[in-house]
Amino acid sequence: MSNHQQPRPLSRRDILRTGSTMGLLLGLGSLLPGYAFGLTGNQELTRRTEGNSDIYELTIDRTPLTIDGRRSVQPITLNGSLPAPLIRLREGREAVLRVTNKLDDYTSIHWHGILLPFDMDGVPGVSFPGIAPGETFEYRYPVRQSGTYWYHSHSGLQEQLGHYGPLIVDPAEPEPFEYDREHVIVLSDWTFSDPAEVMRNLKVAEGYYNYNKRTVADFFEDVANLGWSGAWEKAGIWGEMRMTPRDILDVTGSEYTYLMNGMSPDDNWTGVFKPGEKVRLRVINASAMSIFDVRIPGLAMTVVEADGQKVEPVETDEFRIGVAETYDVIVEPQDEAYTLFAQSQDRSGFTRGTLAVRDGMEASVPELYPRTERGMAAMGMAGDGGMEHGSMEGMNAMHEDGGSMDGPMHDNGGQPPVADRQISHGPDNHGAGAAMVAMNPRPRLDEPGVGFEHVDHRVLTYDQLRGLHAWPDEREPQREVELHLTGNMERYMWSFDGEKFSEVDGSMPFGHGERLRLILVNDTMMDHPIHLHGMWMELETGNDGYRPRKHTLLVKPGEMISAQITPEHEGDWAFHCHLLYHMKAGMFRVVSVQ
Amino acid sequence: MAVTHGRCAALIVLGLIVPAAGTFAQGVGPQAKPGWSLPVHDDVTHSQLLMDRFEYQDGDDEDVFAWEGQAWWGGDTHRLVVDSEGEALVSGGDGGEVESFDVQYGYGFSAYWQAKTGVGYQTTFGPGPDRDRASAVVGVQGLAPYWFEVDTGLRVSEDGDAVAEFEGEYDWLFTQRMILQGRAETSYAFNEVREFGVGEGVNGLTLGLRLRYELFREFAPYVGVRWQDQYGDTADLTRAEGEDTEKTSLVAGVRWWF
Repeated sequence: MSNHQQPRPLSRRDILRTGSTMGLLLGLGSLLPGYAFGLTGNQELTRRTEGNSDIYELTIDRTPLTIDGRRSVQPITLNGSLPAPLIRLREGREAVLRVTNKLDDYTSIHWHGILLPFDMDGVPGVSFPGIAPGETFEYRYPVRQSGTYWYHSHSGLQEQLGHYGPLIVDPAEPEPFEYDREHVIVLSDWTFSDPAEVMRNLKVAEGYYNYNKRTVADFFEDVANLGWSGAWEKAGIWGEMRMTPRDILDVTGSEYTYLMNGMSPDDNWTGVFKPGEKVRLRVINASAMSIFDVRIPGLAMTVVEADGQKVEPVETDEFRIGVAETYDVIVEPQDEAYTLFAQSQDRSGFTRGTLAVRDGMEASVPELYPRTERGMAAMGMAGDGGMEHGSMEGMNAMHEDGGSMDGPMHDNGGQPPVADRQISHGPDNHGAGAAMVAMNPRPRLDEPGVGFEHVDHRVLTYDQLRGLHAWPDEREPQREVELHLTGNMERYMWSFDGEKFSEVDGSMPFGHGERLRLILVNDTMMDHPIHLHGMWMELETGNDGYRPRKHTLLVKPGEMISAQITPEHEGDWAFHCHLLYHMKAGMFRVVSVQ
Repeated sequence: MAVTHGRCAALIVLGLIVPAAGTFAQGVGPQAKPGWSLPVHDDVTHSQLLMDRFEYQDGDDEDVFAWEGQAWWGGDTHRLVVDSEGEALVSGGDGGEVESFDVQYGYGFSAYWQAKTGVGYQTTFGPGPDRDRASAVVGVQGLAPYWFEVDTGLRVSEDGDAVAEFEGEYDWLFTQRMILQGRAETSYAFNEVREFGVGEGVNGLTLGLRLRYELFREFAPYVGVRWQDQYGDTADLTRAEGEDTEKTSLVAGVRWWF
């Protein structure tokens, strides 16, 4: 498979680089049946210019494709490709995107991370009715930002089937960093199953996709490490809570084929460079459910943007990218070939591509990190509980809390403003929708997260992110909004404050132009990428320097974090966990700015 | 007569579930127009049929086919639950017993527990007079701390006989697919019910160990052993019929669901 497919994407990319050829191909495409045009890899959409408007045409359809050597008829493609073609907008201009729906169902496109009028945000039921079958909807909005973003369906489970693509906004002013070449890296998870079936399996059979549960052998390993009493104590703490330290991702490599630009590890997506060049990688996690850890063995990466927003350049060896997050990194490869390696957070699988001086090359592919389990901090029990140390010395074997936090930026003693906050779970601890509450949640911004216990190189942490400059609104927050992330794995219920979307009455009001502090408390055992539409979240790291500005915050188990927000744009905005099946299960709210 | 009452009760329970599904307020914003679909549909219903035991029991004197399963339909909180357990003689005799066929309304009152209430039906078949009786059932099912699956209930028959039932399960994972399930089952009868062979007091204890291999999550063949002992009046009634009160069987079956 990989042998005959390898040359294809590159030659295609070369051809498609020239817009006129693309136009010709598009013209051809309209004469050919859709399946003749099914593509993976990096396609780029051409634009037409009229006055101050950049005009783009997109057609959403089902297109049979070969993924990881296997034919599937279920991909939802845009202009025939998976991922959807790269759209390049230009800062300072008006974007006009005409989207034609050739599916049998309603569809939509949400421009993830773009601040725009709310009725152009593309969330059916919140900003517009959706795009009906056969209909063409015109999105039209001014582009007032730059950076790496993406776009995807906000209808049903369509996103799982390929309805996502990269969106880049070229800046009006030159970038504050230099690079010679760029590659877009879209990470995603593919299933050959019907996504509705995946949802049902999660709903009716707890742990359906988890093939890393604790076994009798693991218990005896604990006995060997901690002694009988330590092992019993550990099993007892987790057992009493009915929580498993091995529940890292809900849908795993047992179901998913992990893709890089629509290509599997065997397909080996390849990005070409010339030695000595500075290469900008725009990494987008367009997965439905998969948090990835990304590294390039042998290459340091300099992070220059997070979620499309400039940060002070920070050098690292590996970064965790939550679903819907983006990171721009600059690398300076000198050798002939490097592996770009992205493993799922639970180490159940990976995808990879190659950065090489020419196509068809390969570097050695690293092993997955050993499978791991969560520590006590995930329960929100750390802090004054003394659980890691003191009475439970053996618990050091319950990793996660250690990790490699020796990066150069860690000397700073700053504390986020919520560090000492007293929180409340309400009289009923969020009810049946919450299987647990974090007793003592705290900021964990200086921790790389679960799974890096045996890693001795640098791993990016949130507290290493500093905005490159001040944001327009420097007022202190006038109001605080505290929201708890809650869930119940037994029935696969996910919610905020224990209430699913269908159980709340009305929306969350934000004042137009007010300055508020959003506080997120994670009362679950999982990481949640929380996405707020229509406004930036300025993450309060407590460090000197400017706050990093994000559209999606990955919140660790047992963590409490806060962000400053100025709701600039009136209207209704979606606010949700970006794990697709969590959102579908009810972890969703509408924020109304008025 | 009581059976008719039972059917009425079942209909009433169904009637309670259906309107409950549509009465939630929706958290859409002020800009949403009538006729728009909702951004997420988190209150869809699901259903499942799980046969936890579906097995052949090879005993000393008789071989039986036995089943125990649960079907449910509903959302996260409100469910219609059907439980059934029974056995049929395959060799060493004829007949069998549907020990329970319970149709209940299940309400998820906490993260790990649902309360169930409804009607049950029990019948014997085969040689001799077929007997049946209906009962009202109330119980609690869920996951107890330390990972014990618990199903417990109180059953009051149309004749006013009452019995409390308890069943617990625990899974040991040897590998990700090879799982040893231990189970214990006991009941306490408040009255003697001679025609069903039930004496007053603790009836007995049934223990099982079943080692399954999950070829798929949905399909797991197993082998195991089942040991049953009877106590008190129930044991006396069994002895009076000339049968052993203690039975050990080897079992083979499939745990399956869809």
